[in-house]
Amino acid sequence: MSEHATTAPAHGAAPHGHAEPNWFIKYFYSTDHKIIAFQYMFTGMAMAMLAGFMAYVFRMQIAFPGQSVPLFGFVSPNTYNALITNHGSIMVFWVAMPVLIAGFGNYLIPLMCGCDDMVFPRINRLSYQLFLLSAVVLLASLFVPGGGFGGAWTAYPPLSAVPKYNLTPMGSTMWVIAVALEFVAFLLGGINFIVTAMNARAPGMRAFDVPLVVWMIVVASLLFMASVGPLIAGAVMLLFDQNLGTAFYNPSRGGDPVLWQHLFWFFGHPEVYVVLLPAMGIVAEVMTVFSRKKMFAYKTVIYTVIATGALSFFVWAHHQFIAGIDPRMANIFTVTTVIISIPVAEMCFLYIATLYGGSIRFTTPMLWALAFLCEFLIGGVTGIYLGASGADIFFHDTYFVVAHFHYTFYPIAIIGTLAGVTFWFPKMFGRMMNETWGKIHFWGTIIPFNFIFIPMFILGMSGEHRRIYDYTNFPDLANPQMQALRITSTVALVVMLLFQFIFLFNFINSMLRGPKAEKNPWKSNTLEWTADSPPPHGNWREMPTVYRGPYEYATPGRETDYWPQDERA
Amino acid sequence: MIMGIPSASTFSGDIDGLVWLVTILVGVWFIATQIMFFWLLWRFRAGNSPKSQYITGKEPHLKRWINIPHSLILICDVIIIVAAVRVWVKVKQTLPSADDTVRVVGQQWTWTFQHSGADGTLDTADDVWTSDTLHVAEGKTYHFLLESKDVLHSFFVPVFRLKQDAIPGRTITGWFKATQTGTYDILCAEICGIGHGLMGGRIVIDSPEQHATWVQQHSAMASASAAPTDSTAAASAGTPN
Repeated sequence: MSEHATTAPAHGAAPHGHAEPNWFIKYFYSTDHKIIAFQYMFTGMAMAMLAGFMAYVFRMQIAFPGQSVPLFGFVSPNTYNALITNHGSIMVFWVAMPVLIAGFGNYLIPLMCGCDDMVFPRINRLSYQLFLLSAVVLLASLFVPGGGFGGAWTAYPPLSAVPKYNLTPMGSTMWVIAVALEFVAFLLGGINFIVTAMNARAPGMRAFDVPLVVWMIVVASLLFMASVGPLIAGAVMLLFDQNLGTAFYNPSRGGDPVLWQHLFWFFGHPEVYVVLLPAMGIVAEVMTVFSRKKMFAYKTVIYTVIATGALSFFVWAHHQFIAGIDPRMANIFTVTTVIISIPVAEMCFLYIATLYGGSIRFTTPMLWALAFLCEFLIGGVTGIYLGASGADIFFHDTYFVVAHFHYTFYPIAIIGTLAGVTFWFPKMFGRMMNETWGKIHFWGTIIPFNFIFIPMFILGMSGEHRRIYDYTNFPDLANPQMQALRITSTVALVVMLLFQFIFLFNFINSMLRGPKAEKNPWKSNTLEWTADSPPPHGNWREMPTVYRGPYEYATPGRETDYWPQDERA
Repeated sequence: MIMGIPSASTFSGDIDGLVWLVTILVGVWFIATQIMFFWLLWRFRAGNSPKSQYITGKEPHLKRWINIPHSLILICDVIIIVAAVRVWVKVKQTLPSADDTVRVVGQQWTWTFQHSGADGTLDTADDVWTSDTLHVAEGKTYHFLLESKDVLHSFFVPVFRLKQDAIPGRTITGWFKATQTGTYDILCAEICGIGHGLMGGRIVIDSPEQHATWVQQHSAMASASAAPTDSTAAASAGTPN
């Protein structure tokens, strides 16, 4: 990477022309959107490895209760709670968010819109610095006296608010601070994404010439910015309750614990779509390129995205059906929740329809994109069981829920990300990734993934509840058949985690020694493929002009089956 | 019946029925969509389809393939919503008149149950307090008064398909009516601190006669130990079972 960046000839002519900075400024204090994207992605990948290790430890405890876990040791109930809490928090806030929104958003928006950088580069740098700080605070919280916070990633008070109940006074405060800092970081990033995509597009690029992934990241940023305010307020109240003796969530002094649940889920449900949309966008880019097809009903896809985003603000209480809210409210939220299946199903149908009439090449990025659709469908349909209030009485807080949201979040945060990384790798690092290792890693991830989570659906249907470190305490749940399912899922997890080393090897090896990539190795239409691989600071020597939409593949009357956006007619 | 766990309340069958309905409706769509997906992958693989077609998505004969399934999904959604709301209203929004009442108190990390005793009324001297074991009679409608002393807990009886969060500072009333005898798990489904993994109990569903005998025995003991008509004394001297 460094070799290319330093030999890139563009600095003199680029709009950002200035002397070559030293390596520290260049990689750690840069305002270049691509470097900031890498910072987010690499931090996210490191956090993913940590959270994956946490999953390994607590899954081993569930499968083999009370035994020492290799590489970790014995798991106490307190540690177990801290591990599940931080696994969830990290995967959502420090992996999915930074990689999908901030990483790909930073990398792709300027390159796909044809501009030299973000509109506010210094705010962008500040955004990453705050994010890094939030990650440091979170990691530090695991090592303070009392241990890390163990009240689940949803942090329901009074457990999260009262030290004598959670026994982690410092850990829970630091957890709240870390989450609040992380939100501030993404607010700063979100402003940049929206303003850049709206104001800094290349000449000729109209709203409906913008690639879907940019559309989706912008809609996701809008959703995030509109939903996060109440949660930041809630987090501040929680912080006050923990440390200053206020009673916002304390019923004996006039507060209400359910208030937090409303504030949390008012953000928490749109958040699902905040991370879903960038992943869907990545899948759209990869699918159109490797099926050599125009997106089926491009505008309708955008409308369904906007409809999904708008509806997602009205479904939050489906997380609270049995939480003690007025039971009549459940009926309203059942309707909105089940109705959201309409735009989402439409979106999935349009994606699948895009394959019709294509010429499909099963490259590694395409395999990931197709796996996303296939697996996300399972996550989507199992959501209906939980959205239907009557059935949720049984399913709420069982492993059925765990399996359901892993079938949505895993395709989003892991499969979607890997589709994007393998697809844009040549652009990012100027070298091609090894396809054989890529495919071995693909199958070694997808097959165990299903063996991890399908047993959890069955366990959840048998009444197994969540966040329990040892099921032998419950006679009806301690039978050998259920334990066999738990062991299956743990073994599959270990296999899947081991296969990630293949990815790591392939990633580093290809970055250093892969064959050189040309500008446009996949014969794609969008603007980022007209820049050098990797693009220099400032991206283009001569800024591109746009003449058409992003998905003109197989246009009749042309010799080649693609038609780059910047090619004069 | 869901995946082999017994169905032991008057509404567990309704909830299982709803789960089956959703499984059938959703399952048909899921399988159809996956078949379509894999067929397209097979049919339009590069080896079989070397040149792709230019399709915008505005062609009426292709849009049909999106619009018709879409309308059918809307119909399925309406069916699911109606069925879900009907079950919900039966379980959570209606309160049939009670034959007996129990108080269920969650605290870190145990369930405590206050049975009404021989006189059938709560908060009298002959109330039977137990921790971790709830005794009920088959075929009687119970109201439960759910409370919490500290953090959120969730009263979960899988064989009843019943779950309700307990919130400190509130009393939440619900109901159940057991339809078969036996002893089953009571779980706490909301994380409640370090001991969450230990917090459980058992529900003992007896025939009305057996249950009456149990009540007689324990009620007498409770009244005896609560001699000077002090109901809080009965609480502290209660019989943990």
